[in-house]
Amino acid sequence: MLARMTATTASARSDLSEVGRSEATLRSFLHGLPGVDQVGAEQRAAMLGTRSIKTTAKAWAIDLAIRMVDLTTLEGADTPGKVRGLAAKALRPDPADPSCPAVGALCVYPTMVPVAAPVLAGSGVHLASVATAFPSGQAPLEIRLADTRAAVAAGADEIDMVINRGAFLSGRYGEVFDEIVAVKAACGDAHLKVILETGELVTYDNVRRASWLAMLAGADFVKTSTGKVPVAATLPVTLVMLEAVRDFRDATGRVVGVKPAGGIRTTKDAIKYLVLVNETAGEEWLHPDRFRFGASSLLNDLLMQRTKLTTGVYSGPDYFTLD
Amino acid sequence: MFEYAPAPESRAVVDLKPSYGLFINGEFVDGEDRDVETGGGGTIKSVNPATEELLAEVTEAGRADVDRAVRAARRAYDEVWGRMPGRDRAKYLFRIARIIQERARELAVLESLDNGKPIRESRDVDIPLVAAHFFYYAGWADKLGHAGLGPDPRPLGVAGQVIPWNFPLLMLAWKVAPALATGNTVVLKPAETTPLTALLFAEICQQADLPPGVVNIVTGAGETGRAVVEHPGVDKVAFTGSTEVGRQIARAVAGTRKKLTLELGGKAANIVFDDAAIDQAVEGIVNGIFFNQGHVCCAGSRLLVQESVYDEVLAALKRRMARLRVGDPLDKNTDIGAINSAAQLDRIRELSASGSAEGAERWSPPCELPDQGFWFAPTIFTGVSQAHRIAREEIFGPVLSVLTFRTPAEAVEKANNTPYGLSAGIWTEKGSRILWTADRLRAGVVWANTFNKFDPTSPFGGYRESGYGREGGRHGLEAYLNV
Amino acid sequence: MSERVAVRKTYKLFIGGKFPRSESGRSYLVDSTDGGTNVALASRKDVRDAVLAARAAVKGWSGTTAYNRGQILYRVAEMLEGRRDQFVGLGVPAAEVDEAIDRWVWYAGWSDKITQVHGNANPVAGPYFNLSSPEPTGVVGVLAPAEPALLGLVSVVAPAIVTGNTVVVLVAESAPLPAVTLAEVLATSDLPGGVVNLLTGRPAETASWLAGHMDVNALDLTGATDPEFATELERAAAGNLKRVLRPPAGPVDWSADPGIGRMTAFLETKTVWHPKGV
Repeated sequence: MLARMTATTASARSDLSEVGRSEATLRSFLHGLPGVDQVGAEQRAAMLGTRSIKTTAKAWAIDLAIRMVDLTTLEGADTPGKVRGLAAKALRPDPADPSCPAVGALCVYPTMVPVAAPVLAGSGVHLASVATAFPSGQAPLEIRLADTRAAVAAGADEIDMVINRGAFLSGRYGEVFDEIVAVKAACGDAHLKVILETGELVTYDNVRRASWLAMLAGADFVKTSTGKVPVAATLPVTLVMLEAVRDFRDATGRVVGVKPAGGIRTTKDAIKYLVLVNETAGEEWLHPDRFRFGASSLLNDLLMQRTKLTTGVYSGPDYFTLD
Repeated sequence: MFEYAPAPESRAVVDLKPSYGLFINGEFVDGEDRDVETGGGGTIKSVNPATEELLAEVTEAGRADVDRAVRAARRAYDEVWGRMPGRDRAKYLFRIARIIQERARELAVLESLDNGKPIRESRDVDIPLVAAHFFYYAGWADKLGHAGLGPDPRPLGVAGQVIPWNFPLLMLAWKVAPALATGNTVVLKPAETTPLTALLFAEICQQADLPPGVVNIVTGAGETGRAVVEHPGVDKVAFTGSTEVGRQIARAVAGTRKKLTLELGGKAANIVFDDAAIDQAVEGIVNGIFFNQGHVCCAGSRLLVQESVYDEVLAALKRRMARLRVGDPLDKNTDIGAINSAAQLDRIRELSASGSAEGAERWSPPCELPDQGFWFAPTIFTGVSQAHRIAREEIFGPVLSVLTFRTPAEAVEKANNTPYGLSAGIWTEKGSRILWTADRLRAGVVWANTFNKFDPTSPFGGYRESGYGREGGRHGLEAYLNV
Repeated sequence: MSERVAVRKTYKLFIGGKFPRSESGRSYLVDSTDGGTNVALASRKDVRDAVLAARAAVKGWSGTTAYNRGQILYRVAEMLEGRRDQFVGLGVPAAEVDEAIDRWVWYAGWSDKITQVHGNANPVAGPYFNLSSPEPTGVVGVLAPAEPALLGLVSVVAPAIVTGNTVVVLVAESAPLPAVTLAEVLATSDLPGGVVNLLTGRPAETASWLAGHMDVNALDLTGATDPEFATELERAAAGNLKRVLRPPAGPVDWSADPGIGRMTAFLETKTVWHPKGV
C-alpha cells in the first residue's frame, strides 16, 4: 500500500507528487492510510489533558499561547471600528505590560482586510483572512478564487479556506484536491490554511484523510473548524491532525502547521493543546509558524492568567480590554 | 523546549504512624507470636521505593497470630456475618465504597508512596477501581439467588487471601469485596513490601463499623502467607502472585476441602496486524507493557508484529517511548514510577542481561534515572526469538520483547506457545480477523484494539499455568460460594 | 445337537478411535457372566499415547459447532439404545442402562446452551463491548467411578466432552467390560477418534502418570476413592496447575439431576473487550 509506505517514519522520503494525479490514485492513497480507533484516540487525548503544567512551565506556555493566537472576529456585525480595535489589541494585548508578546495573527473577513492591513503593517503580526465563501464554501469556484485573490490583494498574508465537505463526504476527493490546488495558486505568496470543518466530517478516519488530502494539495496549515458549526475544535481531532502533519513531515520532509479553532476559551484549554503538540508532533511544532489557536475570548483569559502569575493575585475581566 | 515544571502531589494528606500492629477482630493489636521459626515476632520495614525512605514498620505475623485472626474470622462468620441478611451486608459494603471515594486522595498518595507507582495511575486507575469493585459486589449481596449459580448458594466460611504488591489496594478489593458480599469473612495478608494501604483499609473498616472479625489483616512475608493458606480453619484460599508460589499452594491445599482460586503469572502476546490503527496500537503497546512499570501479571510483554509493518511500528514505538516521563511517582506528570523493590529490580536486571547475552538487541530512550531508589528505564528488545528467556519468562518489569510473524496462524501459534494463558491483545481494523484470532488465543482476557482495561463487572483470570477461577463479574461470585 | 461355540470378544483399549492392545502386552482377568475374560492392562505408555491422541483431537472437537457436538452426543444415545441388551448381558441393570442413555440425551441438549447459561455480557463502565464466554479447558484426565459401572462412566465422560474437551479415562479396575463396550458404541457414533480414550487396567498404577502429565489440562478424581491416593494425585496435578475436580465428599446419587457443575469444572472463561466507536 502506497499510503503505508509513505506514512512510515523511515528516513527514505517519498515522492507523493503523483498521488493527486487522478481520483483513483487519491482514493487508494487516502483509503490506505491507517485507521483511527475513536476510543483509543480520545483516551490518549484525555490522558494528555491530565498533565499538570505549573509555575515556570505555565508562564512559558502562556506566552507561547499568546503568540499563537489568531485573534479572530468573523461576525456579520463587524465594522471597521471593531476591527481597528482588535488589530490594536493584537499588537499590544496587555497595554499595562510591555513584556507581553503580540499575538500570531489577526483573522477577519476579506472586507475587513483593508481596514486591518495598515494597522498591522510591519509589525510581524500576520493578517489572516477567511476566504472561499466562508464558512459554507457553497459558491462557484470562480467566486471563491476571486474572494481569495481580493483578500490577498488587500494585504492578507494568510488565507483560511474551507474545503468542499459535500464533495469530500461523497468521495469526490479529486474535486476537493483540485479546488485546494486552485486556491493555493490564487494565494500567491500568502500562506494557505485549509479548514476541514471536522465537526462535519464526523469520524477521525475522515479527519486523517482530509488532512492528508489538504497537505498533498499544498496546504501550509490544516485547521479544524470555521467556528460556525456546533462542533468545533476538540483535543482528539487535533491529536489526529498532529499525527497527520508529523507523518507527512516524515514522509515528505515538508512541515505543515495545525490550527484548532472554535471553542478554545481558557488558558487551561490552551495549555492542554500545547501539551498535545509537545507529546505528539513534538517541539518542532511549538512555534507560531506551526501551531495557532483560532480564538477570540481565549486571549483575555491568557492575559488574566499571565497577570496572576506575575502579580500573585487573581485578576478580573475588568482589567483587560474588551475588543 | 516545553519543560514541565515539577507538579508534585502533596503527601500531607497521609498521616503515617511509625509502626502498625495486626488488624484482628476489629482492632489493631500487637503480634503475640514470638517464635522466629514460624515467622513471628519480627517487624518489616516498608520503604518508599522511589527514595528508599522508611515509611513505617509493620508487624510480622506468626502462626499464633494467624490462628488468632482465623478464630476471629470464624467467630464473626458463625455469629454475625454468615447469618446477616444480604441486604445488610450490602449496606456495609456500600458504606466502605463511599468511604474509599471520600478518602480517595489519601489512599492514592499512600499507594504511590508505598508502591512506587505514578500518582496519575493510583489516582485515576487503582483507587477508582477499588471503590467501583466494592460498589459492584455490594449490590450482589442480596441477589445471590439470582446469580445463576443455583437456587440457594451458601458462603464457604473463612477465606484466607494472599495478595501481591503490584496493585496493593486493588487486589485487596478484588479479594475482599466478593468474599464479604457472599457472606464469608476474611483473613488477608498483604504483600511484604506494600502493606500500608491494607492497614488504612482496616481503619476504613472501623470507620464503617464493620462488625469485628469480618475483615482481619495480618501483615508479614512468605511464612505468614503460608500460615494463612495452611490454617485448617480456612475454608477458601485465594491467591494472586507468582506461578511458582501458586503451585506450592495448590500442593498445600491438596487433600483438603479448601476451595482454591489462583491468579498467577503471564507472558501475554500483543499482536499487531498490518491493518491496525497504528497510533492507537502504539498507545496500546506502551500501555500494555509500561503501565505500572510493567508490574502487571497481564502485561503485554511479548509484542508480535506483522513483518510488513515492523519498521513502521518500531519507529513509532521508539518515538513514543522517548516521550515517557520516568521519575517521582508523586509528580502528576510521571508516566513511569519506581520499581517496587530492590529484589524485583535485581530480577529485571538479571533477565534483561540474559536478553542481551542471548543475542537480542536492547534499546531504551535517553532517560535520566534518580540516584536514590529503585529504577529501571523502559526497555525493548528486538530480534527476540521464542527460545529466548525474555520471550518465555515473566519479567514483571518495563521490558518488552519484540517478535514478528507473517500470517495470522503464525501469530496465534506464537502467542499460544507458552505455559501461561492470562491475557492477549489483538490490533486490527478487520472485525472478522479479531473474532477469528480471539477464538484461538488461549487466554482468559483478550483485549482487541485496547489493552489493560479492567472493570468490576468483567471476569479476570487465566488459562493453564496462569491459574484458575475468575475474579470480577458474576463469575467472581462462584469462588466464594457453595453452589 | 451340540451347542454352538460362541465367538468371544477381545477387550482392548480405546485410543484415538482405535482398539489397540496395551503396548505392554499385559492383560488381567475379569470375572463376568461368561466366566473369565482377559482385559487389556494399560501401562504408563498407553497413558502417554492416549494423551497424545486426546491432544490431537482437541482442535477439531472444540472447533466443531455446538450444534454438531450435540448431534453427535445424541447419536451416542441412539447407538447405546440399540445395544441395550448387550449391556444387560454384561450384568448392568436395565434401569441403569436406560439412565445412561438418558444422560447422553440430557448432555447432548446442553451443547448449545451452556455458553448461554455460563457466559455473560458485562456492562463495563466505558465505551466497550465486553463478553465472557466459556471455552473447553482441553485434555481432561478422568478417574471413572467403579460403581455404577456404566452410568458412572457416562456421567463423568459426557459433561467433559459436550463442551469440547477431550478425555483420557482410567476405567475402574473392577468394571472394564461395560467401558470397553461403551467404547464400541462411541466408535460407531460419529465421535471423532481421540475425543474419548478409555484405558482399562489399574488406575493405581497409571493415575500418577496422568496426574503429572504436563499436557493434560484438568483432572477429574471422581473415581479416586482412597483419600491418600486422591491427595497424591492432586499434588501431582499442581505441577502444571491442572483444574482438579476432587472426589465427592460423600456417596453420590447418580440418578439425581447432575446440574452443570461437571461441565463448568472443565470450562475456562474467556473475556473479550473491544472499543465501541465510529
